[in-house]
Amino acid sequence: MKDSFINRKYVIMALIVLATLGLLVRLFIIQVVKSSYRLSAENNVLRYITQYPARGLIYDRNGKLIVFNQAAYDLMVIPAQVSNIDTTGFCDLLGISTDLFRKQLRIAINYSKRAPSVFLKQVSNETYAKFQEKMFLYSGFYVQPRTLRKYSKPVAAHILGYVSEVDDGLIKKNPYYKPGDYIGKSGIEESYEKDLRGRRGVKIFLVDVFSRIKGSYEKGKLDTLAVQGSNIVSGIDLDLQEYGELLMKNKRGSVVAIEPKSGEVLALISSPDYDPALLVGRVRSENFAKLQGDSILQPLFNRALMASYPPGSAFKPINGLIGLQEGVITPQTLFECHRGYLFVGCHAHPSPLSIVGAIGNSCNAYFCQTYRRVLENPAYNTVADAYFKWKSYLNEFGFGSKLGTDFVNELSGFIPSTEYFDKYYGKNRWKALTVISMAIGQGEVGATPLQMANMTAAIANRGYFYTPHIVKSVGVDHTIDERFTTKHQITIDTANFEQIVLGMEEAVTRGTAAGVKLKDIIICGKTGTAQNPHGANHSVFIAFAPKDNPKIAIAVFVENAGFGATYAAPVASLMIEKYIKGEISNKALEKRILELNLEGRISEAER
Amino acid sequence: MREESVKRSVNIWNGIDKTSIVLFLLLVVLGWINIYAAVFNEEHAGLLDFSQRYGKQFIWIVASLILAVFIVIIDNRFYFFFSWFIYGTCMLLLILVVIFGKEINGARSWFEFRGISLQPSELAKFGTALALASYLNTRKQDLTRLSAMIPAAAIILFPAILTLLQPDMGSAIVYFSLFMVLFREGMSPYIFVSGLLMIVLFFLTLLTNILYLTIALIIIAVILVWFTTRKWKLVLFGTGIFLLIAGTIYLLDHYITKSIGNEMVIFISLILSGAAYTFYIYNKRAASILIIYIFLIGSIIFVNAFDYAFNNILPKHQKDRVNILLGFKTDLHGTGYNVNQSIISIGSGGFGGKGFLQGTQTKFKFVPKQSSDFIFCTVGEEWGFLGSGTIIGLYLALLLRLISLAERQRSDFSRIYGYCVVSILFTHIFLNIGMAIGLVPVIGIPLPFLSYGGSSLWGFTILLFIFLRLDASRTEYLL
Repeated sequence: MKDSFINRKYVIMALIVLATLGLLVRLFIIQVVKSSYRLSAENNVLRYITQYPARGLIYDRNGKLIVFNQAAYDLMVIPAQVSNIDTTGFCDLLGISTDLFRKQLRIAINYSKRAPSVFLKQVSNETYAKFQEKMFLYSGFYVQPRTLRKYSKPVAAHILGYVSEVDDGLIKKNPYYKPGDYIGKSGIEESYEKDLRGRRGVKIFLVDVFSRIKGSYEKGKLDTLAVQGSNIVSGIDLDLQEYGELLMKNKRGSVVAIEPKSGEVLALISSPDYDPALLVGRVRSENFAKLQGDSILQPLFNRALMASYPPGSAFKPINGLIGLQEGVITPQTLFECHRGYLFVGCHAHPSPLSIVGAIGNSCNAYFCQTYRRVLENPAYNTVADAYFKWKSYLNEFGFGSKLGTDFVNELSGFIPSTEYFDKYYGKNRWKALTVISMAIGQGEVGATPLQMANMTAAIANRGYFYTPHIVKSVGVDHTIDERFTTKHQITIDTANFEQIVLGMEEAVTRGTAAGVKLKDIIICGKTGTAQNPHGANHSVFIAFAPKDNPKIAIAVFVENAGFGATYAAPVASLMIEKYIKGEISNKALEKRILELNLEGRISEAER
Repeated sequence: MREESVKRSVNIWNGIDKTSIVLFLLLVVLGWINIYAAVFNEEHAGLLDFSQRYGKQFIWIVASLILAVFIVIIDNRFYFFFSWFIYGTCMLLLILVVIFGKEINGARSWFEFRGISLQPSELAKFGTALALASYLNTRKQDLTRLSAMIPAAAIILFPAILTLLQPDMGSAIVYFSLFMVLFREGMSPYIFVSGLLMIVLFFLTLLTNILYLTIALIIIAVILVWFTTRKWKLVLFGTGIFLLIAGTIYLLDHYITKSIGNEMVIFISLILSGAAYTFYIYNKRAASILIIYIFLIGSIIFVNAFDYAFNNILPKHQKDRVNILLGFKTDLHGTGYNVNQSIISIGSGGFGGKGFLQGTQTKFKFVPKQSSDFIFCTVGEEWGFLGSGTIIGLYLALLLRLISLAERQRSDFSRIYGYCVVSILFTHIFLNIGMAIGLVPVIGIPLPFLSYGGSSLWGFTILLFIFLRLDASRTEYLL
């Protein structure tokens, strides 16, 4: 036996006694001395009521309210606290079946016994009032105020997006969100979610055995206030948007209008569309399924950003610009047109024409020859090199890649690369004539209506643009992302732009779109007819106005409608007049467009 | 033969310690009453409703009593001879549970087989105790020597590391407490003091600024030097040298290098002034000064390393637990929830408690793990300071009784095993109650004999009764 260490038992005993004393002292302090813990038995249950912030409001450019909030009430349950309630009376009060009661309670229990879950979403005001009176009978249940979106007009659904409840996958990915939270999906609601959502707060209440609130815990010291979401001013002109949607009713297609000097989107229409109010509240999921299931109209599909069309003749101004800049043509260059050029046909018009007349009359022969000269330019070794240069101009205008707007989904369109043709035809096996259809905006090239509108804005500005954006300013300090205030300068001389502007002016004053000219506003425009292998051609029109100091640049696509001058140009003209003057002078034209129904033609095409 | 065996069993009954058994039975019954209160609801009011936890716990209590009888019947030499086999089996189970265990709350601590679950770390505790006792006994180890210390420490650390892999912080800490046994058996007090010092510094590092802590440590060291040597001159001279060096380096750093920081200035000065003293210490054989100096340097390194590890290496949720515990952070929703609710319910009990089944916190199930890890809440809320004080008193009585039993053993094996039982029970009790009242971080370990759960109840019963069995036959010359 190692008796030499026997005295160490006292050290160990002392240690144990001291530790025990420590526990007793601490117990004495919290149980006997400190009164804050000695709260009476009834009001010692804490309830955390989340303070949901009101989502930020959305205004149009003139300060008109587009989206605001309405009150709604969620009935919450804490399963562990539910005991001895009169189930039948409870269900009668809420107007639900006992089956639903059991099902909802089971869902809540599966989520957590101790944490609150939503028992019934968005109960009506009347039910809420009735329930409030009798709430003390139903321990474990309480009401959580929420807000829902409300729209001042049934328009702009594609721009605004919608709000829906977060799903489990998202909660796992983003710890900010908790079950029952709302999140913006698509449109402004999604892109500006962080600004709009605000910050949650929490109020801690002491609640008695009968669920009655006895007061705030620790005098509200630990409560946090909800911070309201930032308001957003969008660049949208609500009246113009509404008018545009009216014009596009019963047609398929898209209209994008931009303010050239700022890049702000004034209107963005994708038709067919839907009433944004359909995706609010309890009816949301049902309606969403319906809209998503509509494979004929595809109302959820945002054509303005997600559809890529061949731009057709509306592409000619840009090819003219490149020709002038590359020096292969001059403003004095004349080309003759004998109803076409090689295998590309043309329509009847005066001949020969300079660049101004060629744009005004949309001469195919002129642009085929220009394009050939661009690609066969002796300044470059090969056609591929010249093509590469041509493509780089297009990229400057924002074609062939995403523009980087504040929309969540955006298609990049398509401008074939040299590699694309090398692969398709073989290296050095393709010539200017192989790809000549791109001279008139046909063939492989694809652009979204937004890209076309942006190109129009760049022409209106005579050589620069700002990335198109839907939001003008955020919050009280009116901030906006830097990328929307960065000027994109195009490496083409202003003088060359002036030639193109003159051509576009001629198109509306006495050329292809003479039918839509306005008395006191000079519109510069260009018609287009995009070939559609699936049916009737798409009608395209791009325009800006007035000629000097332009206020609006617009691109209109009407699907399966035929010539650009017939349908797209009137829509553009009406919208320009509506925006600049606020009223319409050519009532007959307006009536014709409003009454025009192309749905029959579409279903024919679908067949 | 027949006579002998009868005589022996009579001996066991006479020899077994009735005080410990009474304390054990009291704790188990009180535990069961509180589990009943913790999960009570009117629909299942029957005391023996086996769908409820108190019904199950009743089965486990009965089973553990049968187990206790078996342990007492088995020959005492069995535990000695099979100690390594039991240890080996337990370690194998610990390895297997890390690989095949069922993951609950991020830890693989449980085997689940056809609805029956088993927590091997509860069993491994007595296995480790047996192995440690066996090792120290058979070879008459002298723990003042490193060659004896290393295997002893390895026996303890092996299961501790395996439980950390699960990860189960609480059980791992329990193994560390076995160093208390090594201290009793002759381990250097410096190691023991270092361990205790580390615990104190751990809390101080979190609570205060390291710079002030470092300065405080230096002042304590100087005072200690005066106490041991009683030489004013020495203390003043030493302090003077230190201040001179520290002042010079501080000025250098302040005006020229500007990068090393105050903590580093002090540290470098200490090393340099230490070197200046080497000569003196060597001459006068002033070992006590050297020891104080080494402890000082060690403490400062520990404090800085710990501070760095805490702020840069520890995962956020662990850090939160510690921060909330020490009151740096109030987060009633997250980690602080358990502790806050637990303190509220215990605190609301007051002096006399709310009475049996009257606890509202309990009734509304606000405290998680109310019948297992947080069973003390129910005690505190329903029985107040009187009740919780009584429980703590019972534990203290049991621990002190076991120490006196251990000290009366003739064999080293029995005594060492007895101290292991004391260490393990003490650590469980202190950490569990400390956690419930916000004195130590939330570490999920059960309260011996009170907490709901078969594995833990059986584990503690086996642990205790093996010792009582050894004690019963202490008069035979054994081993």
